[in-house]
Parts: sequence; structure tokens; C-alpha cells
Amino acid sequence: MRYRYFPGCTLKGQAKNMENTTMAAASALGIELVELEEWQCCGAVYPLYEDELISLLSPVRTLAAAEGEPLVSLCAACHHVLKRAQELMQRNEEARDKVTDYLEIEYKGEGRVLHFLEVLRDDLGFDKLAEMIKKPLEGKKVAAYYGCLLLRPSKVMQFDDPENPTIMEDFIKALGAEVVKSPYRTECCGAYLSVTEEGVARDTVAKILQSARNAGAEALITACPLCRYNLENCAADDGKEPVQVYYFSELLAEALGLQYKQLMAEAKERRRVASDSK
Amino acid sequence: MPRTGVFLCHCGSNIAGTVNIDQTIEASRNFPGVVHVDEYRYLCSEMGQDIIKKAIEDNNLDRVVVGTCSPRMHENTFRKAAAEAGLNPYLLEVANIREHCSWVHKDMEEGTPKAIALLRAAAAKVALNEALEAPKLEVEKRALVIGGGIAGIQAALDIAEAGYPVDIVEREPSIGGRMAQLEKTFPTLDCSACILTPKMVEAAQHPNINLITYAEVEEVNGFVGQFDVKIKQKARYVDPVKCTGCGICWEKCPAKAPSEFEMGLAKRKSIYVPFAQAVPMVPVIDKETCLYFRKGRCQICEKECPPQAIDYEQQDEIIERRYGAIVVATGFDQMDPSIYGEYGYGQHPDILTGLEFERLFNASGPTGGKVVRLSDGKPPKKVVFIQCVGSRDKARGMNYCSKICCMFTAKQAILLKEKLPDAKSYVFYIDVRTAGKGYEEFQRRAAEEYDVAYLRGQVGKIFPEGDHLVVHGVDSLSGKVVDIKADMVVLSAASIARADAPELGRKIGINTDSYNFFNEAHPKLKPVETHTAGIFIAGACQTPKDIPDTVAQASAAAVKAVGLLSKEMLQGEACTAEVDEAECSGCLHCVAVCPYTAIDAKEIEERYGDGTLKRTVAEVNPALCQGCGSCSAICRSGSINQKGFSNEQILAEVDAICLQR
Amino acid sequence: MTASNEGSRLIDEMKAQSGQDPADCYQCAKCSAACPVTAAMDLLPHQVIRYLQMGLEEELSNSKTPWICASCFTCAARCPRDLDLARMMEGVRLTVLRKREGNKFGPADLTPEQLEKLPQQALVSGFRKYNK
Repeated sequence: MRYRYFPGCTLKGQAKNMENTTMAAASALGIELVELEEWQCCGAVYPLYEDELISLLSPVRTLAAAEGEPLVSLCAACHHVLKRAQELMQRNEEARDKVTDYLEIEYKGEGRVLHFLEVLRDDLGFDKLAEMIKKPLEGKKVAAYYGCLLLRPSKVMQFDDPENPTIMEDFIKALGAEVVKSPYRTECCGAYLSVTEEGVARDTVAKILQSARNAGAEALITACPLCRYNLENCAADDGKEPVQVYYFSELLAEALGLQYKQLMAEAKERRRVASDSK
Repeated sequence: MPRTGVFLCHCGSNIAGTVNIDQTIEASRNFPGVVHVDEYRYLCSEMGQDIIKKAIEDNNLDRVVVGTCSPRMHENTFRKAAAEAGLNPYLLEVANIREHCSWVHKDMEEGTPKAIALLRAAAAKVALNEALEAPKLEVEKRALVIGGGIAGIQAALDIAEAGYPVDIVEREPSIGGRMAQLEKTFPTLDCSACILTPKMVEAAQHPNINLITYAEVEEVNGFVGQFDVKIKQKARYVDPVKCTGCGICWEKCPAKAPSEFEMGLAKRKSIYVPFAQAVPMVPVIDKETCLYFRKGRCQICEKECPPQAIDYEQQDEIIERRYGAIVVATGFDQMDPSIYGEYGYGQHPDILTGLEFERLFNASGPTGGKVVRLSDGKPPKKVVFIQCVGSRDKARGMNYCSKICCMFTAKQAILLKEKLPDAKSYVFYIDVRTAGKGYEEFQRRAAEEYDVAYLRGQVGKIFPEGDHLVVHGVDSLSGKVVDIKADMVVLSAASIARADAPELGRKIGINTDSYNFFNEAHPKLKPVETHTAGIFIAGACQTPKDIPDTVAQASAAAVKAVGLLSKEMLQGEACTAEVDEAECSGCLHCVAVCPYTAIDAKEIEERYGDGTLKRTVAEVNPALCQGCGSCSAICRSGSINQKGFSNEQILAEVDAICLQR
Repeated sequence: MTASNEGSRLIDEMKAQSGQDPADCYQCAKCSAACPVTAAMDLLPHQVIRYLQMGLEEELSNSKTPWICASCFTCAARCPRDLDLARMMEGVRLTVLRKREGNKFGPADLTPEQLEKLPQQALVSGFRKYNK
């Protein structure tokens, strides 16, 4: 199974660990992720006004660079922007002509655009994944945190049922861990409001964490670096044992028996730095 | 050369606003064969008809063209007028210059030439029209009612009272339908069973009514006055003649299944009657869950039955019968709200639909009439009702208003307060709709006297927290976010058409709308008729409606059916197809396309040289032919013509339109 | 109150550029019930649409709400009228941002600590949303 891989800025910076663990897991699972050469920004946010075509240049360039091969990303935001940009290119001929003329490229919206979780579900299969797990995370109570960008708008993202998604729960099950469902798993974390309106993000994060803890979760998995940042940095310290936040790929690598201790140590250290700086 | 008169209707400004009448009149004078032209403001009025009649007599007209609205509206009116003036009614043609012309064009520049073209075509066609006679058809003096809910029961009683025999075909083991599931009815709070069961019994005992329960309509052939219907009587595995309804069998039966009547909130036995007042009081065995049918042993019911009514060998049977009229009253379903993930329906036992909640009030319901949480059996203190779950929602649900929810919610909130005076109800609504006699007053009583809090807004999320369900919503009037720690949540799930309504519609030859409800023939003037003569609709199978409207519509449908049954003879279709046997090659493509099975093959003998030759040709049964024209369109040799729409007539119309340019 | 039924540039542009017509909204307030960040808003999301329906352009330009909206698309996912409120919010933001000196946020507004800790994704999307 060969895919073109688009990392995006954060995967080479703050979310390096998501990339490292995914790469290790992918090679253990026989999934080949070939990084795009000279890739650039995904666009960060999908433009919601028809005339904001300038914001599409960068994602369309990325989509075209995959040359029709399936394009995989890890960051929920990157995947969101790429998927929606592709859908617009398929749907809106006028926008497509303008963007591709400007870029001087040929692109008609072809190729699959996938999040790595979709590769695991649809191409590898969670059953197969479960068979390949070496160190099942038995007894670990894990909650999925989907956030917004993977699920909505569901007509375009086609990721899962936007109100009752199951992909992350099925993933957790495949790793051998115990699934904990929390009612706030599809609510927004506050996103980039943590930059301008930190108070808002504190409220949303408190609800998400509290609801996960009430449901009995020890750990929360996410596929979005910004969600993770907010969940770790905007959480109020109420003196209780915090729910630990992981990238989905970190638990995947752990369950596959890859560099288990080193990964855990890194995660602990990051949390220490985060709580010290509060 | 014919002597044709052309008459133009202004239809107020409906036609005259977009069609220049003077220009059209002048142009009509020059059509071949036209000897008289006139116009009038409303041609369908008595005055207008008199103008036509007088002109026929004064000018010795033998053909008439009227330029008016669609023939669907007034063709009969004008044909009748022509007949009164001594003209064969089929020598009159309607040019539809309203729906086909003035209504679809914006100005006279486009409307006028189009109207002239349509009139020219009609004048060319009418020249070739022949005098026709409609055949007389017999009427089978018996009606079929499909569906044994309150609509079907009422329609059947009315038809039976008028003196005609009527069969009710009901899919479930008992008649009663949705109304039997209700505890009380708004706005009078009558006990539903108390007013329904007497009607059920009356239907069962009426000498003119025959109940065919646990049965479905399989096939309908024929036409108005003579519908040939096949009904599948499903095997009950209980002999209804021997059975006394004593109840020992279902008491002793060891196997259980979710009760359909209780919306799955309680179990019934594998041999069961759906509810205590079932009519007929004869159980059925549900083969899917019966131990004997599944594993070959048990037979407890057979052993215990005092009159030995159990019969495992019973088979499904087909009943074939002819009916003059059919009333369709198949009712509605409740939408499954689990697609609204934010409400969590199906994931928590204390989140119910309206119909499920209704069952909790009923003394023979799943909780014995105690309104309690299904999670822990405790009486709820706070109940939140959410309106428009699937209604008025074009994104995830139905675009229409389900009409009954505002009222049944007010009713349930009142009943709740009467049962549990400490309980508090909250209703999230978009608009409160209470059009109906005594409805507004009833809903206001809920708010004013029963302490029901109405919150204008919707709910974004429901999730369990400890013992409660947190309902997170908004009151749009105050602009405040509202969090209610509720004990129960009731969703007003949309009323929807039966999933198999389109399939039934195809079987009986009536159509459904985009929501799968059956279509009436006219939204205002023919609300119980369908486009198929002799088939009528009643109740919520047409669109969601409450009990008073359902009963009124059922009686209306019954009157229509009785009107039909009371006729000695019906006038059949005059414009039937006819075969030119000399031209027919016997390919019988027409037989395959005829939707009314009106065409058969026939052997004819022809003289050929010195001897005779046998060959096959098509033959149309004019009693069955409905004049749809499919055979004529598919006939390769052009040897089937439809009377009144012959190939020559249609080509004359086309020529008249094309050659004027 | 300056409500007017006369054409408003904001609303005409919004219809064209977002493909959303405020007239389609029947004010059920499902969006406000779905929105996770209403606590910090001065107008609830359904009130923003109401203001659009009434042509209260200036009031909208001064509202905090469009800047609190995080484009999480929950409102759009649940709207029974199939309106994409996120696109309408974007319209209100853009009318402000596209004015001279309309930017709401820039690199100078960040503390050194934020610069070090925030994921790159947050910075880029923050600039994209609040700066033109």
C-alpha cells in the first residue's frame, strides 16, 4: 500500500511526535508513506467565501502534486482543507479554471484524499490491524476526541457519521483498549480562539475533559495538534488526575510495540513543561 | 368542409392578461373550416355556456373549439353544453391556452402567437373528430377498505350504513390502528379506547362489514366499478371459528418478542393478540419467534387450547373478490429519530418518542400506567419535550409540519401534571401551531394552568450526567442558553408515510408525493379522490392529520364510494383503442405495454387465393381500455388507433402548428 | 434601530459569496443551541441571522460574535433549513477585515511565550482568520 504523504507545518514542529509515531507504525503495518517533495502550507483554513480563491492556491498545488496517487495527511486541519479544496475543484468548474490557470497546472480534482485513520479503516481494515497488534492496550480506558474538522461538513468530508462517529472507537478497540464514549467527543475545542480569546477555549476544553473524565476515561486520543494543544494547555488544574491526551498514532505505536518507553517519556516531559508554565 | 365554431375565454385576466384576445379572434377567423368566432369573460359560467349553445343552434355548427383552461378542469362542462345543443360531445375540442400558455408566458408578445397556434391545432384536429359513444359499465356493489384504523373503520361503517357490503383488509391481527395506541385524545381528553372500541365492535358486528385481518392486498386489476382484487390472508395458525379468545394460549406460551403495539417497550408472547381490546379477539402465532416453528417442539398452546383451535398446518390463502370502489386508509408511521445524534435517542432508555411516551400513561401499557423512567422506575420530576424532530427540516428530515405534535405534546404535558403533580414540563418549540376547534384554548391551558414552560428554541445536545439527562438548548426570545437537568426527554418525531406506501400505490394504481404520501386528485376540490377513478383516500396516508380531520375525511371518502356504488351503470371511456385487423401484423407489442390488460391475441380467418388463411391479430376489450394510448404509440404498423386521438388527428395538430411558420 | 428593508451591501455580497440567503432562516435557534462558544458571544448565532434579515449591518460590524465563531461547523451540520451559518459568519468578518486597517490580529499581538508554545497550525489559521 503506497500513499503520498503531506505532513503540513505542525507535523515538523510541535506535533513531531505524531509524525514519528505514525511513520514507525506505518512501516510496521506495511503502509508506505512517501512524503511530497517541496510541499508547502495546506492553507490552514478553508476559505468560506467564493471569492477567496487566493487561499486555494496552496492546497490545490498540494493536491496536484500528488499526481493522482492517494494523498494522506495526519493533521485534521490539513486533511480538512485539502479534502474541501478537492471537492470544490470537482464541483465548481469556474473556480477550478481560475485557480489552475493562475497556478499554470492541470488539475481536475482527481485522486483520493485521506486521513491516515481512513487508511487504517478502509484500506488496511481494523480487523487486520487488530491481528497485527503486539501489545494490546488491555484495560486502558481510552476516549476518542474527534473535534470538528474531520467530521464536518459531513457531505464533503465523508469521514463518518457527524453525530455518531465510530471510526476512532473502532480504532481504540483494534488496539485492544477499552472504549469510553464521552458526549463531548464531537464538540469544538475552541480551535485558534486559544490565540485570541483564550478564555473561550478554557471553557470548551473544561467541558470536553470533564465529560471524558466523568465517562471514566484515563486517556483521550486526537488527530489534531491544535486540539491537543488546547486540551493540554487550556485545561484548568482542579487538582484531580488529568486525563492524558495522546495523538492516536502514539497509542498505535505503543500497541504495535514500537519504542514504547521512549514515547511515553517524551509525552510525560511535554506535560510537565506544559503544567510548569501555567 | 366542417362548420366549426371557435370560442375564447378570458378567464378574467388569467388568459386575457397574457393573450391578446382581439388578435387571437381575428386570427381564428382564418382557420380552415371556421365559420363562427366568439369570446367571453368566463366561458365556463352559465352565460358563457349559453353563448356556445346558442351559436351551435344559430349557425348550424357541427364542430366546436374552446380556448380555455386545461381540459382536466372543464372539458366535461363544455361537452355537456354541446350535447345540450344537440351536438355529439366528442365533436368539441379544448385548446388549453391557460396552463399551457398564458400562465407560463410573461407577456402578450409570447402568449398571443402561442394561443393562436394551439387554437389552430385544435381546429385542425376537430375537423377529423368523429361522433363517439361512451360504453355503459356495470358496478359491483361492494367496497374494499384498505387499513383498519379509525379512518378505515369510519369509512367502512358509513358505506355499510348506506346499505353496501364492505370488506376491511387490515395488516395487523386486530383493527384499531394508531388510535388504539393512544391514551387520551386532544382537546377534550376523551379516553381514546373508550371512544374507539365501540366503533371497532360496531364494525365487527355490522352485517354489511366483513373484517379480513392479518391480511394484505396483493394485486388489483380492473377499473372503476369492477376492481378485481387479490388479498393475501396470512396464516394465523389459529382457527378463528373455533377460537373463543379465552387467552390461555398466550398466557402459557413460553416464547417472547418485542410488542409492536407497545412500540417495543414491552414484550408480547409468540402467540398473541396485540392489545386487550383486540378485534377480532383471535390470536396469531408469530412464526419467527414461535418455538415450535423454530425448533419443532413446544406445542404448549396446542395442548392447552380448550376448543383445540390451534392449527400449525394453516397456510397463507389468496382471497379473490371484485369491488366497485376502494378506500385506501393505511395510516402513518413515526420517524426513527436516531439520525439526530445530538439527541441520543436509542442510546438512553429515558429518551423516548411521543408515541412511546404515550404508552406509559396507559393502564395496560409497559409500566401499567405509571409514568416512570424506564431506566430506574422512578417517577420523573422534569420532562423536556422537543418539537419538530424531523419535521420542518429539509436538511435531515421532512420539510413539512407534522401537524399533530404541538397538540399531543400539550396533551401529554397536561396528563403528566395530572398524574404527577410535582412534575414540571418544558417544551422546546419553533412555533406553536394550534389551528382547530378548541385547540388554542387547550394549549394555553397547558401553559397557564398546568405550569408547562414553553421555550421558543431548539436543543443542541442531550447527554447523561449522573442520574439526569442534561438538555442543552436555547430560548431565542430571551436570547439565553438554557441547561435543564431533565429526568426524561420526549421527542416529537415526525409523522411519516408508511415505508411501503409507494409499493401499495403501484399495486392499486395511485401515486404518491415526494414524501410517499398518497396524492389526492386536487388539493382543494378533490381531497379524497385520487387520479384513478373509484379509488379514494382517507386519513394520515394522505398527509399527517389529527383524529377529527381523519374521521371527516373518512366519511367524505365513504360518501364518494357510496355515490359510485349507488349508480346503476357507469359511463366508460369513449376514447378507446381499436385495431385495424387488415393492417395488424400480430406482433403483439401492444399486449406487453397495455397497463390495463385490455388487449389479447385473437385468431382470424382470411380468404387467401382459393382457400383461407389463419393469422393472429390484436383485439382490444373496450370495457377494460382506459384510453391511455400506449398501444397506439408502440404499434409499428400504425394499425391501432385511439378514438378521439387517432394518428391522423395528431398529425393534423402537428401540421397546423408547424405549417403556420 | 436602523433596520431597513432596503438593499444592504453586506447582505447582497453575502448572498453571492456564501451562497446562503438569510431569508431561508425561520429562527428556530438550533444553531445557537449547537454552538459550543455562545458563552463569550454578545449576539447568539441565530440573532446574527436575524440582524442580517433586518439589515442591521453596523450593529453586526460591531458585534463580538463573528470573532468568537471558531468555524467548527456544528451549526451548519444541524440547521434544519440547510443553511451554512459558518459561511455567513465569515461574510460578516470579511466585511470588516477587507476595510482599510480592518485587521483584528497580527504577529505583534502575540506574547513570546505564545510564539514558543502554540502549534504552528494555530498561528497560521489565526492570521488567516483575523488578518487580510
